[in-house]
Amino acid sequence: MKNMAKKIYIALIFIFLYAPIVTLMVLSFNASKTRAKWGGFTLKWYIELFQNRDIMEALWNTLLIAVISSLVATIIGTIACVSMSTMKRKSRSVLLGITNIPMLNADIVTGISLMLLFISFGFRFGLGTILMSHITFNIPYVILSVMPRMKQLNPSTYEAALDLGASHIMAFFKVIFPDLLPGIMSGLLMAFTMSLDDFIITHFTKGAGVDTLSTKIYTEVKKGIKPEMYALSTIIFVTVLLLLFLVNMSPAGKEEKVEKTEK
Amino acid sequence: MTSKSKWLSTPYVLWSVIFIIIPLGMIFYYGLTDKTGAFTLENIAAIMTAEHAKALWLSILLSFISTVICFLLAYPLAMILANMKVSQHSFIILIFILPMWMNFLLRTLAWQTLLEKTGVINNILTFLHLPNINIINTPYAIILGMVYNFLPFMVIPLYNVLSKIDENVINAAKDLGANNIYTFFRIILPLSIPGIISGITMVFVPALTTFVISTLLGGSKILLIGNVIEQEFTQASNWHLGSGLSIVLMIFIILNMVASAVFDKDGEGAML
Amino acid sequence: MSKELIHLSNISKSFDGQMVLDDLNLKIHENEFVTLLGPSGCGKTTTLRILGGFTSPDTGKVYFDGQDITKLPPNKRQLNTVFQKYALFTHMTIAENIAFGLKIKKKSKSYIDDKIKYALKLVNLEGYENRMPDSLSGGQQQRIAIARAIVNEPKILLLDEPLGALDLKLRQEMQYELIRMKNELGITFVYVTHDQEEALTMSDTIVVMNQGYIQQIGSPESIYNEPENAFVADFIGDSNIIPAIMIEDKLVSILDTRFSCVDTGFGHNKPVDVVIRPEDVELVEPSEGIIQGVVSHLIFKGVHYEMEVMANGYEWLVHSTTMFPVGKQVGIKVDPFNIQIMNKPESEDEEATVIDI
Repeated sequence: MKNMAKKIYIALIFIFLYAPIVTLMVLSFNASKTRAKWGGFTLKWYIELFQNRDIMEALWNTLLIAVISSLVATIIGTIACVSMSTMKRKSRSVLLGITNIPMLNADIVTGISLMLLFISFGFRFGLGTILMSHITFNIPYVILSVMPRMKQLNPSTYEAALDLGASHIMAFFKVIFPDLLPGIMSGLLMAFTMSLDDFIITHFTKGAGVDTLSTKIYTEVKKGIKPEMYALSTIIFVTVLLLLFLVNMSPAGKEEKVEKTEK
Repeated sequence: MTSKSKWLSTPYVLWSVIFIIIPLGMIFYYGLTDKTGAFTLENIAAIMTAEHAKALWLSILLSFISTVICFLLAYPLAMILANMKVSQHSFIILIFILPMWMNFLLRTLAWQTLLEKTGVINNILTFLHLPNINIINTPYAIILGMVYNFLPFMVIPLYNVLSKIDENVINAAKDLGANNIYTFFRIILPLSIPGIISGITMVFVPALTTFVISTLLGGSKILLIGNVIEQEFTQASNWHLGSGLSIVLMIFIILNMVASAVFDKDGEGAML
Repeated sequence: MSKELIHLSNISKSFDGQMVLDDLNLKIHENEFVTLLGPSGCGKTTTLRILGGFTSPDTGKVYFDGQDITKLPPNKRQLNTVFQKYALFTHMTIAENIAFGLKIKKKSKSYIDDKIKYALKLVNLEGYENRMPDSLSGGQQQRIAIARAIVNEPKILLLDEPLGALDLKLRQEMQYELIRMKNELGITFVYVTHDQEEALTMSDTIVVMNQGYIQQIGSPESIYNEPENAFVADFIGDSNIIPAIMIEDKLVSILDTRFSCVDTGFGHNKPVDVVIRPEDVELVEPSEGIIQGVVSHLIFKGVHYEMEVMANGYEWLVHSTTMFPVGKQVGIKVDPFNIQIMNKPESEDEEATVIDI
């Protein structure tokens, strides 16, 4: 009885979380152009999507920004974590405090502050400014997922590697890096997701003429969203779902599972 | 590691100064000056005007209600999930992050379809012979949008702290004679405070400052403080006023940060 | 024997289809120090959790003072537990931790204050009332966990590997402390450990368990001197376990050599195992020994020398204060009282195993 209630509760929350997503997926197959009514099943939006230059360009921009910003943020963030572990307590907590600012601060304030920076220093608004902004808000996610791994690290393993004749760089890549890798990967994934889903900060830092999917959708809100957008987001969502499924099914994924259960 | 590695932090320190510290300084500069560059408190005092004060008050009210609802929904959920003893923590967290792969704006817009007068929910309600709901373009729809968008940010930190509580600590309380209710209020709830604080922060701040959810679900009539600031920058181009109002907003955020620093010293309740 | 307090009757328990306890029967008496001893996975902790009420048995009953408490939740049971890794409430002071159970029982403030003082005195941590658990060392936290449990005046205190996380020196110290506390409180202790030395030092009664079965119940002396099967002999201390033939009462053939012993009732020409403790093997001049062999290993252990002697195809483990160098011809002699005869193992759980601790 109690278990039943728990299951129903979880199910309700999941319906709440995923209902809009299912709705969008259904809309992507809707032959009628308005959201309000069902005009029969069609695949035409999926075909038209690939002929729509604007959307394809926005998609390309979005992916480009997400890939580059998450990679750069991961590199800077990981190096920062490694160096922070050798810092004095005080300077480390100051730096970590600064790291938290973009996470705890409102997106709108971060967006505005970056916009003011770019204007004041004469940056040309475009892909470059979006990229810098995304790197800025992505770094904290990387640091926050690598830092706990860094703390768990056994410093003796690094010294053992040196003792066995490895150079500092080799010791890092052979001993420290593999231990940090799960944290780095989840930081990368998090950063990529955040970048892909961001609207507010991009909105203030993009300038005219350049659009990501988010900003494109926002401008379309008043006129009505093109159904191709539903098709595109369905494709993206299903792709991610499949990728995650594959990763979890692969032998490597299973091994990690076992390791985690044992802990 | 060697002392050389200290220099490895240079790129990040530089990046933080240029893209975090200086931009924040710019907001303070613009917020505290007028168009001629002279010092003024007018932009901050502008929050007292009827229009701005109303928007701020509405923002605080709606985000407060949303935070409370998120907390009430998320806490039982996090407890159930934490007790499920799923071997993969990351799997549970993934389920809540997954919706983010559907664009945030579209996800929120989908609620329009669901909530409309002849929308999906009302169709279901009519089918069940239940009264229809008409909340689209009202503050209720905004609250729903806030709860929908920010619920994962409440669930994840709560789940993280709750799943870390040693089962034997709970057993110990029962062993000493505590019933379930007493155990919850004296042991589980106090031990989860770090998660509660960071959950509240992560819901309250974005809800307080949003302009997107109110635009998408509130029609164009309802203005939140986020909408006011956004308009100052994108339409009115009065950066000084926009910055001044942002400073006011930041005061609330800083209060929140201080509270979380006091309660959550080890950063246990962090998202990841 | 004093009054029977706990009776576990025909308890079985399995997790995920794996049998953890199989038809276990155990009686625990008033004011007894009982130790459940065995390797990890033997079912000792599950037994304790069933006593505490944190796990319910699949079948069987738990009786407390003659009453069936099988279905009683932990908060209604008259026993308290000291948990592995202490399980202190980290958000409460030491005093609040100790007062936890008493506040639930709605005791008066002065009563609670007195109890806190008394308990802290008992565990030698007077003046720690306002400290937080995190600021205490492992050994101190352990004492607080005990204080928190005993202020409730349980009839039985359950202790789940309470000293497992402490270092050797502190562990030995705490062993004496626990015995003292038990004598002072006059209650029953049920103690779970995998450390045979701990069990031998502290217990009135040791229950040796393996693979969900009780192997032997007895006093430390009887468990050590008269192990009933190879598992017990092997798990408790070092021993020579040698296949042998019981020729007749009081005469056994070990490695084709006749030894006199004191055991009777095993029958004629029956295969058995004999247990001879290493300190009971006497090394003498070859002519004086019952069998002869050559010293093959020698290690100095502080209190004694540990030697291995190859004789009749078996490597005898010998502890002796007299040293015999490697390669020396020696004779082996064993007092008949020190030869313990056991039946051959009837099932896997009774066999001697290699156990890493």
